[in-house]
Amino acid sequence: MEKQKQPLLSIAKREALPWYKNWLIRGGAILLALVFCGIITMLLTGLNPVEVFRTLFYGAFGTNRKIWVTAQNLAILLGISLAVTPAFKMRFWNIGAEGQVLIGSLACAACMITLGDKVPNGLLILISLLASLLAGALWGFLPAFFKAHWETNETLFTLMMNYIAMQLAAYFIIVWEVPKGSGKIGVINQSTNAGWLPVIGGQRYLLTILVIAILTGVMYIYLQYSKHGYEISVVGESHRTASYAGIKVNRVIIRTMVLSGAICGMVGMLLVSATDHTLTTTLVDGRGFTAVMVSWLAKFNPIGMIFTSLLLVVLERGATEISSVFSLNHSFADILTGIILFFIIGSDFFVNYTVHFRKNRKEGK
Amino acid sequence: MKKFLALILALVMVLCLAACGGNPSETPAPSDEGGEETPAPFKVGFITLHDENSTYDLNFINAAKEACEQLGVEYVLKTNVPEGQECYETAADMADSGCKIVFADSFGHEDYMIQAAKEYPDVEFCHSTGTRAHTEGLPNYHNAFASIYEGRYLAGIAAGMKLKAMMESGEVTDANPKIGYVGAFTYAEVVSGYTSFFLGVRSIVPTVTMDVTFTGSWYDEAAEKEGANKLIEGGCVLISQHADSFGAPTACETAGVPDVSYNGSTISVAPNTYIISSRINWVPYYVYAISAAMNGQPIDADYTGTIATGSVELTELNTAVAPEGTQAAIDEAKAALEAGTLHVFDTANFTVNGAALTSYMADVDSDPAYTPDTEVVADGYFQESAFRSAPYFDLTIDGINLLDTAF
Repeated sequence: MEKQKQPLLSIAKREALPWYKNWLIRGGAILLALVFCGIITMLLTGLNPVEVFRTLFYGAFGTNRKIWVTAQNLAILLGISLAVTPAFKMRFWNIGAEGQVLIGSLACAACMITLGDKVPNGLLILISLLASLLAGALWGFLPAFFKAHWETNETLFTLMMNYIAMQLAAYFIIVWEVPKGSGKIGVINQSTNAGWLPVIGGQRYLLTILVIAILTGVMYIYLQYSKHGYEISVVGESHRTASYAGIKVNRVIIRTMVLSGAICGMVGMLLVSATDHTLTTTLVDGRGFTAVMVSWLAKFNPIGMIFTSLLLVVLERGATEISSVFSLNHSFADILTGIILFFIIGSDFFVNYTVHFRKNRKEGK
Repeated sequence: MKKFLALILALVMVLCLAACGGNPSETPAPSDEGGEETPAPFKVGFITLHDENSTYDLNFINAAKEACEQLGVEYVLKTNVPEGQECYETAADMADSGCKIVFADSFGHEDYMIQAAKEYPDVEFCHSTGTRAHTEGLPNYHNAFASIYEGRYLAGIAAGMKLKAMMESGEVTDANPKIGYVGAFTYAEVVSGYTSFFLGVRSIVPTVTMDVTFTGSWYDEAAEKEGANKLIEGGCVLISQHADSFGAPTACETAGVPDVSYNGSTISVAPNTYIISSRINWVPYYVYAISAAMNGQPIDADYTGTIATGSVELTELNTAVAPEGTQAAIDEAKAALEAGTLHVFDTANFTVNGAALTSYMADVDSDPAYTPDTEVVADGYFQESAFRSAPYFDLTIDGINLLDTAF
């Protein structure tokens, strides 16, 4: 027997990969995932996988309307992802985007309902925007303040804030329900359109998309080139280094989370005032959590996030189409999405590490 | 290793190209060319809030399939459509893809169906349980419901027979027995449902009272189970429900308490406690509305199905639980209801705050202020579903005790 047994596989950390290899691995993972999904589809349902994938693309891009909806979904998810990114870059684990968006939506809905017939439309929109920004900022400020001063755990804190936002929304939905007892608000100001953001270019979702497009550019510059962005990176590397360099760590933490929260609040306003025109507890639909993944997968790069959020949105919309066209349960679509995400997240491992097989494995046998 | 990876990559790329490549060339074919050459098949769209796991949605889905099969039309079904912008997008998407009539099943879908109806005047939009068709005045937007309170009343009679038998056998010793009801929201549809059920029970056992609890959700299995357990612990000897999951029936089966369910039989999960269930059969409405759309005839703004149209149904009576004579009692009441000699909300049969009801202004034309607008008591009874299809009975009658009204 050999004394020194070599493991079959050895794993080593990789040097930084050139960008094309990086993308090759990631692209390969997606393609592998699609093949695997195809096999699973065939085994479980007996459907032609090519047909299934075609339906997936059709669901996301099949008609003009579908493309617009996909773009709108993309904008919202991207917007929330941009919002959580500065905090993540600072290693502040904010998983409270769901609540921050919802509280922004609640604030906006509150303005539209209570002030709908009292102030001119332009002013109402301005008030709604301010209210949403403030509400979101408050939801970001609280956990940051406690973290900065008493070292509370921000993950738990932000998670809890989600539930508070959700319960508040549930409470106010009952207060404003129409008709009585129905537990839903319905479309707010459907007859007067008071507080609705204007439709530009005849396209309902264009405004949302433009706002988020601008936000993406601004966020990129903010993170890459501004002093704030630099401070965020330094705090993210090490609080001590930052302190030593004369950065007021607590101030950066609070400032960044207020910014995160305020952007979330603005996305909440876009949801209520530009598209849905209602408030439900499920309005954000888990996108506050999906945004965490979008941000991570893109390595906190706003431009990369366009692609990761596009991928997730296309998967989601395509999966819904699949379940409808082939009369499959929606859970099947979730399985496909799960497989693809598993491969994508898994590919990160191969980007960061390299795997060597034992060289003499054949001689050993 | 590298070769292996390269091989897989190459394979995958080929497959993917095949998948993507086929897309642009084939997809437009069915939508664009179908209408020109051969007459396009008549297409119907259905939107549901949940999927088959909800008894409420299952009831719609089954009816949709049956009606379309009967008429030989094509249909598209989209499940799990939330009560938001997505409902509008789905309805509009269906209209885009050639559906001539679109149905939605959940109350919260209404505003979005109206939005779609305004945008697609050539497509009919039908919404079950909605309240706004008669005030909106759109020629292509319609509401539908059924006089399900009559079905509830009949189910209540079955429950009353069971309760009476339990009292006679000594299983229930209290001379003033208490039954329980798991409601969803304090919404008129729910209030109308539990009141008519209670009136059915009380027509057999005059001393009965009822506790009602609300879950604050149309579909929440855990909350419904918990609600039923709370009622059972509070001394309720029989349970019924207006919520869409198997939560309450399962809790009843575990506790051995008889249960009257809704939207369909729950005998599969509660063989020893399920008595009967009332449900709306949507097939008659679907057939009516789809045929009208096919022939270019107008569809009523409000359609109220009845026992006579076959819209109000009782599911199988579980004779293992129900005492003898139950069917006969149901049949007798049913005949009286159909003949018009019996009215569920006969003002002689109930009091509100100790007084008989002689006049009531209901909020029939829904508005945010809940303004009462229509006198609904006439000819000695509360005229449920007469001024619009969706129920508007929202009074708390004596004998019914609301445990919580948070929702």
